[in-house]
Amino acid sequence: MAGEENILFHHAIRLGDDPLILAQRLSEWCGHAPMLEIDLALANIALDLFGQATHFLGLAGEVECKGRDADALAFHRDVLDFHNCLLVEQPNGDFAQTIARQFLFSNWQELLMHEIAAASELRLSAIGAKAVKEITYHARFANEWVVRLGDGTEESRARMIAGLEWMWRFTGELFDPVDGAASLKTEWDARIARTLAEAGLELPKPRRAAMGGRKGHHSEHLGHLLTEMQFLPRAYPGALW
Amino acid sequence: MNAAANVVSLKDRVLEILSHVPDPEIPCVSVVELGIVRDVRDSEKPTLVITPTYTGCPATIAIEQSIRAALDRAGLCGMTIETTLSPPWTTDWISEEGRDKLRAYGIAPPPKGEGQHSLRASIVQCPRCGSTHTEEISAFGSTPCKALYRCTECEEPFDLFKCH
Repeated sequence: MAGEENILFHHAIRLGDDPLILAQRLSEWCGHAPMLEIDLALANIALDLFGQATHFLGLAGEVECKGRDADALAFHRDVLDFHNCLLVEQPNGDFAQTIARQFLFSNWQELLMHEIAAASELRLSAIGAKAVKEITYHARFANEWVVRLGDGTEESRARMIAGLEWMWRFTGELFDPVDGAASLKTEWDARIARTLAEAGLELPKPRRAAMGGRKGHHSEHLGHLLTEMQFLPRAYPGALW
Repeated sequence: MNAAANVVSLKDRVLEILSHVPDPEIPCVSVVELGIVRDVRDSEKPTLVITPTYTGCPATIAIEQSIRAALDRAGLCGMTIETTLSPPWTTDWISEEGRDKLRAYGIAPPPKGEGQHSLRASIVQCPRCGSTHTEEISAFGSTPCKALYRCTECEEPFDLFKCH
């Protein structure tokens, strides 16, 4: 690949790996969520994210010209070749921890997709413009649940705080000047602060950011997730429905 | 027949064929009424251009297969189906007829003109009794395109086709 294509390939891989891994995580709730409506909501969000991943990874495969499609990139890469951020691979924990992750991620992804939708590369911008509407809906869902849990009972509030505390250290990576989207930080901060204020919650205390996902250095959780996600196509290569 | 007349006739023919292809999840509306048929190009390589509703909607694959089968049955085996993402599909492209059919089927259609914002509809009308006294039960429903609502007047639950 030429330099420019190489950059586009890696860009598309990152943009596709984030929704892919988060969708796989959210799917773990299917059949286990606290209420039927939540089960439907998390599965629907996962479906949108799988769709976005298919488009971005499909583009990566197209640019790479080695005959790899979205499925090949999703199921036949090893853990070190995944470039998703650490936030999306974190375990679901309880419902509040899942909502904390969704809240921090969707608000970031929405801002990012507005930027992608305005990109000069037309295939990239088309996916961005398509995805941004779905993500707006996800962010709204997560924001509302942060308020509901934060401003709910003593227990829901305590769990929401604990969930945010757990996930907070993984947000620094999203705005890393080298591998992240530093320009989105101000707007993201404002959005997060607005919803937390509405929920009667304080911003988590600053922590040293955990980094490395964009370089393929992951937490141990990703390997376990991939083992499950990739089992079938690896055990039965070429399997079809 | 000149070339211009040819273009019109192929397009009309294809639209007529596709007006009998139902959406697999909401069979009361056709793929044409849903607004996912974007263009018919009559050239050396006749092409039908369609666009997905939601990026991950599993019906997208089923829709393409039904369209392929309908074209094949009509003798248009050589027609290529192309998928485009841009401009992104919006519920504003659902036809008036499609909206009426949704309502008759028990699904509240998305208010027109609000699709570009991906916001919840400002006023949702119960498809059964017509009351606007309705409330959301769940932001997500049985398919990616629907939310679950309840009418506080006639007390029936119903699906809303989400604004998108």
